[in-house]
Amino acid sequence: MSLLELDGVKVHFPVKKGILFDRTVGHVYAVDGVSLKVEAGQTYGLVGESGCGKTTLGRGVLRLVDITDGEVVFDGTDLAKLPEEEMRRYRRRLQMVFQDPLGSLNPRQNIESILSEGMAAHGIGKDQDERREKIKEILAKVGLPTNALSRYPHEFSGGQRQRIGIARALVLEPDVIICDEPVSALDVSVQAQVINLLEELQESLGLTYLVIAHDLAVVRHISDVIGVMYLGSLVEEAPSDALYAGPKHPYTKALMSAVPVPDPEVEDRRERILLQGDLPSPANPPAGCRFHTRCPWAQDKCAVERPVLTDVGDGHKVACHFAAEIEAGELELTRPTGIEAVVSTEAVASQEAEVEDAAPEPASKVPAQAPAPKGEDAEHEAPADEDGAPATDGDAAAAESADADADGDPSESGADADAPEPDASAKKAGRTA
Amino acid sequence: MALLSVEELSVTFTAKGRKDATAVDGVSFDVDQGQVVGLVGESGCGKSVTSLALMGLLPNKGVKIGGRAVFDGQDLLSMSPRKLRDMRGSKLAMIFQDPLSSLNPVVPIGVQVTEILERHRGLKGEAARKEAAHLLDRVGIPDPSRRLKEYPHQLSGGMRQRALIAMAVACAPRLLIADEPTTALDVTIQAQILELLKELVDQEGTALLMITHDLGVVAGICDQVNVLYAGRAVESAGRRELFAHPTHPYAHGLLGSIPRLDAPRGEPLSPIRGSINDRIAWADGCAFAPRCDRYTMECLTGTPELTEPRAAGHQVRCVNPVLPKSKAEVSA
Repeated sequence: MSLLELDGVKVHFPVKKGILFDRTVGHVYAVDGVSLKVEAGQTYGLVGESGCGKTTLGRGVLRLVDITDGEVVFDGTDLAKLPEEEMRRYRRRLQMVFQDPLGSLNPRQNIESILSEGMAAHGIGKDQDERREKIKEILAKVGLPTNALSRYPHEFSGGQRQRIGIARALVLEPDVIICDEPVSALDVSVQAQVINLLEELQESLGLTYLVIAHDLAVVRHISDVIGVMYLGSLVEEAPSDALYAGPKHPYTKALMSAVPVPDPEVEDRRERILLQGDLPSPANPPAGCRFHTRCPWAQDKCAVERPVLTDVGDGHKVACHFAAEIEAGELELTRPTGIEAVVSTEAVASQEAEVEDAAPEPASKVPAQAPAPKGEDAEHEAPADEDGAPATDGDAAAAESADADADGDPSESGADADAPEPDASAKKAGRTA
Repeated sequence: MALLSVEELSVTFTAKGRKDATAVDGVSFDVDQGQVVGLVGESGCGKSVTSLALMGLLPNKGVKIGGRAVFDGQDLLSMSPRKLRDMRGSKLAMIFQDPLSSLNPVVPIGVQVTEILERHRGLKGEAARKEAAHLLDRVGIPDPSRRLKEYPHQLSGGMRQRALIAMAVACAPRLLIADEPTTALDVTIQAQILELLKELVDQEGTALLMITHDLGVVAGICDQVNVLYAGRAVESAGRRELFAHPTHPYAHGLLGSIPRLDAPRGEPLSPIRGSINDRIAWADGCAFAPRCDRYTMECLTGTPELTEPRAAGHQVRCVNPVLPKSKAEVSA
């Protein structure tokens, strides 16, 4: 039995419109059916790019955002259905370390007050003296001096503030700590200090971590199991080493190939899979496989049927219809993965010449002198390349519509697609405050 | 002769009733035609201030700038503001870190791009608009004619950075300064942008001064790397040399503290202790000494000079550099 089990967790934010009556005009599908298990004493790393729902999922576990559907089973209890009052008691055992160490510490409270607040709320320690003793002990563990007690957050450096954030979680003696981007606000030299600290604490206190981060290298360094999220759902889950040795989902492959490695020898040799476009809006996610709009191997089936996370052996789970075929190299690329598709370059020189010697030439004259289109005709150069490759019309059309999504295109569903982001962020901001 | 040659650049911020803050404390480096030079360091090392000083974007009041920065035979630091305005955007262009705050939010992208074309290339009306569409197309923005009419908030982060790059390369500048161009972006988008920059450098022979904190990015794109600490270059070498043999204890420590995707799991990182706040003035000794494991009393006797203890062209500012064992014993 795992310590923390998520089953089909969904967090949807309603998009409201109207002045007098708040009509719900759509949803942002921030987290859309995530199931995962975190074993006691282990570290589960959740990676993904911004907007993939990893932070919302972490907050959902603690019920800092309302879960729309699904179960969060912690130590045999479904947190999603607990009344608020009981949930509060459970929060002692599930603590969180936030990304922005300055933003998550009250600037007007000294460290003793910050750290003892939670203890008092949960009835830990008889009186302030006893709490202070406990706090001193924890401060020593996280590597802060005892004289920190009477100081204020602004007096500390970024790394020290993050240590305070960790201490705040530790004083409540939690079982699980959810670390939301614990090191992304820190400089690399300090980052390593905090990563080492988290590892030492896990060893000495038997903690269980759910680490949420965008930095694949950091996550790989500290996690036992890694889950890769894309647009609200897990696309791949595997033990850390297995994931690094053989990523199976096209998105994971692309993500790993994009992470820069501080070694020129490696950088020069490796092949990059460059993805086209941006993350589609979670308010209007593509049908079928969420990734098919950017996937270099996308097939007809991908636009229609959403793949489920299936075990392919040794605890390696992947949500892709064609993972096996891609691995065997049986599948042709349907989109280019190189720089050629991203930049259209041939036209540069001739275009420059054209503009200089005769200003607005009619576009019709252009194709005669240069193969690449320009001006208004050139509008679709890059997408045309992408769409040209797939064999069938259906796929091309799908790719086209998806392209529009990927650009955050406010064409048809314009207002709907635009509205949710401020809404969601406002919500987040509200919660944080 | 180098395209840009910076000698002993220093920038000091002064304010009434406060101690002077020296952000850049004697930085020297060269950028050759078609070369990609990296300035790497953590926050507070003076890398961004260096770029702002070169572009003449620091305020006049409360800032003391020293040294020389000779670009194409002229000193940028002593140039008249009018002349510098002509240079900026045409011969010398900059890409900023945060594309949203460096684009004007209430002006459509198209107007912002054509503005440069009008100012520096004298294009007008339809010609300028066409060229702007072409520029956007060139940096990989699909459907450029429509995008020209849109406002910055309608574009995604990666797209905004592309628009900014389009503006920077609009006049085919000889030197491009990129200040953390990919820091605000996701890795997959970062990879796209880095490829685009590489492509531009290869094709146009533009020199690129890349300012970043990410050693991974540096390893992929830079020819020559300068590692900055507390406002001074502490190590400078070709990228292969630097990453293979980091010799200054800071550069060495920095590489040891980065979790690497391709490293075997379970090895603890070896961080540098303390933080950038624990430093002494360069005038008194090595600013890194309080965080350094190798420091001796010698480190506290004045600014260490740049030496080449390992290989020609590999400059290190340290009296106790990290050298292969045998050599270290000999010198000890």
